Amino acid sequence: MDVTLKIRRFDPEADRPDSYWQEFPVSVADNATVLDALIQVREQDDGTLSLRCSCRSSICGSCAVRINGHAALACKTSAADSMDSEGVIAVEPAGVMGVIKDLVVNFDPFWQKIRQVQPYLQPQGPEPEGEYIASNEAMLHLSGVTACIMCGACVSDCTVLEVDPNFLGPAALAKAYRFTADPRDGDATGVSRSRLEQLNEATGMWDCTRCNECVQACPKGVAPMDRIMALREQAIEIGLGNTNGARHAEAFTEMVGQTGRLDELRLPIKSVGMTNIPALIGFVPVGLRALTHGKLPPLMHRNVENVEQVRRLFRRVEQSQSS
Amino acid sequence: MKYAFFPGCVSQGGCPELYPAAKLICQRLGIELEEIPGWTCSGAGVLQEKNQLFGDALNARMLAKAEQMGLTILTICSTCQGVMSQANHRLKGDPDYLARINGFLAEEGIEYKGTAEVKHLLWILIEDYGMDKLTEQVTRPLGNVRLAPFYGCYIVRPTEALGIEDHPERQTSLETLIQTLGATAVDFSGKTRCCGFPILTINEKNSMAMVGKHTSEAKDLGADAMVTPCPLCHLNLDGFQPKAASQAQRRIELPILHLPQIIGLAMGISPSELGLKRHIISTSPLEVKLGART
Repeated sequence: MDVTLKIRRFDPEADRPDSYWQEFPVSVADNATVLDALIQVREQDDGTLSLRCSCRSSICGSCAVRINGHAALACKTSAADSMDSEGVIAVEPAGVMGVIKDLVVNFDPFWQKIRQVQPYLQPQGPEPEGEYIASNEAMLHLSGVTACIMCGACVSDCTVLEVDPNFLGPAALAKAYRFTADPRDGDATGVSRSRLEQLNEATGMWDCTRCNECVQACPKGVAPMDRIMALREQAIEIGLGNTNGARHAEAFTEMVGQTGRLDELRLPIKSVGMTNIPALIGFVPVGLRALTHGKLPPLMHRNVENVEQVRRLFRRVEQSQSS
Repeated sequence: MKYAFFPGCVSQGGCPELYPAAKLICQRLGIELEEIPGWTCSGAGVLQEKNQLFGDALNARMLAKAEQMGLTILTICSTCQGVMSQANHRLKGDPDYLARINGFLAEEGIEYKGTAEVKHLLWILIEDYGMDKLTEQVTRPLGNVRLAPFYGCYIVRPTEALGIEDHPERQTSLETLIQTLGATAVDFSGKTRCCGFPILTINEKNSMAMVGKHTSEAKDLGADAMVTPCPLCHLNLDGFQPKAASQAQRRIELPILHLPQIIGLAMGISPSELGLKRHIISTSPLEVKLGART
């Protein structure tokens, strides 16, 4: 099978370091992975091509790169499935993290954020005489998140990290959830208050846009964004309500539960808080522009037809969880 | 062609120009719409932050109604498409979960059997209506116009729930449509990224950075306008573009069009009927270029 690898090259020691595309036509087996093709380029065409790889079985998490614009493990991606109509596969270094050389990126900020969430169990209270015991039910739902191999694919494609390097990011937040939801950690109710308080701060759980890039990129089914949503649910549940994000989710739920639909006029006001005067003043120019263009939502919010049915549904869901 | 119409809150709220524009072009194209009686918010992913069961119960209620009507759901919102597809995927894939959700609906005399489908107008045009038939309706080809597609996260990810494997053409559906209308699609890196709307009240600076990044990139690549099938993206990309431009300290002024509006323009419908005057970023230069305004 003939393939053209179009690789994003960068050499910091070049006279004028600048990244550029370089194409390598290679002939590989029909079932070759993108990593097989990259290794062939390095061994046969250009020994200076830098890339990280080790296990070739999507276990070690070394070979995350961008293939045709999206993060993936090179060893888990079929070359045949990645070719465009001309047989070209575009390979770039992972995004967000700075490039060291060619396909090798700087993982220092990645590890720093993982360390920031204190990725180890911190049991409270007296030590048990034997081992800490957790039920199967309490641990089974964590099997997805413990599958993380720290490859950085989720971080590479995170839309928030692209504009804000301070965001804790999908990998660290998913890792944090792995501990907040572990019954052996914290106060033994399955929720670790001090961890959640920290994650509730700016650059934490509420800065995620819910764009699903990390869910799509993760090669191991960790679904980091879903874990971030679970963190938000935990934070609201233990009463950490003093964030715009929590107020937004609460107000949204209340409106939909009461009327069936969104009230877009009142939602932003309730989200920033009725007493947050600077933020409320900030809405004025946007509101005025919308008003002059006839773009404002209806002033009177109406209930949907048969709204009682919606209210009963919400009550039944709530009751099923409290009992 | 008849569909169970799910308009979504924003098409009658923050983007009141979208609902009439969508109804108008569907009527002209001969696509019959029967609105789902008592349709509610899909949850938009926010309800799901508080409690996924609320969202799935609401969506199962609407899916059951469409099932009863014997019609596929037509939505005009990328976010609703994604949220409803994800709910449907969970319900169809897990009989125990479906039974649990049906337990909440039972007392209302509603049961979801797991056979309904949700499709955005964009997909319906390409998969059911057909581009050949749409070409016949184009009376004002957008020949000299360059349009940047902006999908909205929920209509592209996660691919599993959206049936992308069975329908790979969905990944380039917006470009296909733009080309069918006679315009040139501008390829840019931000087309499937996040518009920043979900964090508007949480981290405005990041939200504005996203708006600024995508609109600037498209503008710098020579786009005359951006087209989106998502009204939530429209709210941010259009409504907050002036703020994003001032944060980015540059001029952007890229008109943002709803999908039905650009189709309507190519069908010769007037800009005022399509509600273009309601946009924050003026669409006048685009209208002049199209010959839709003198």
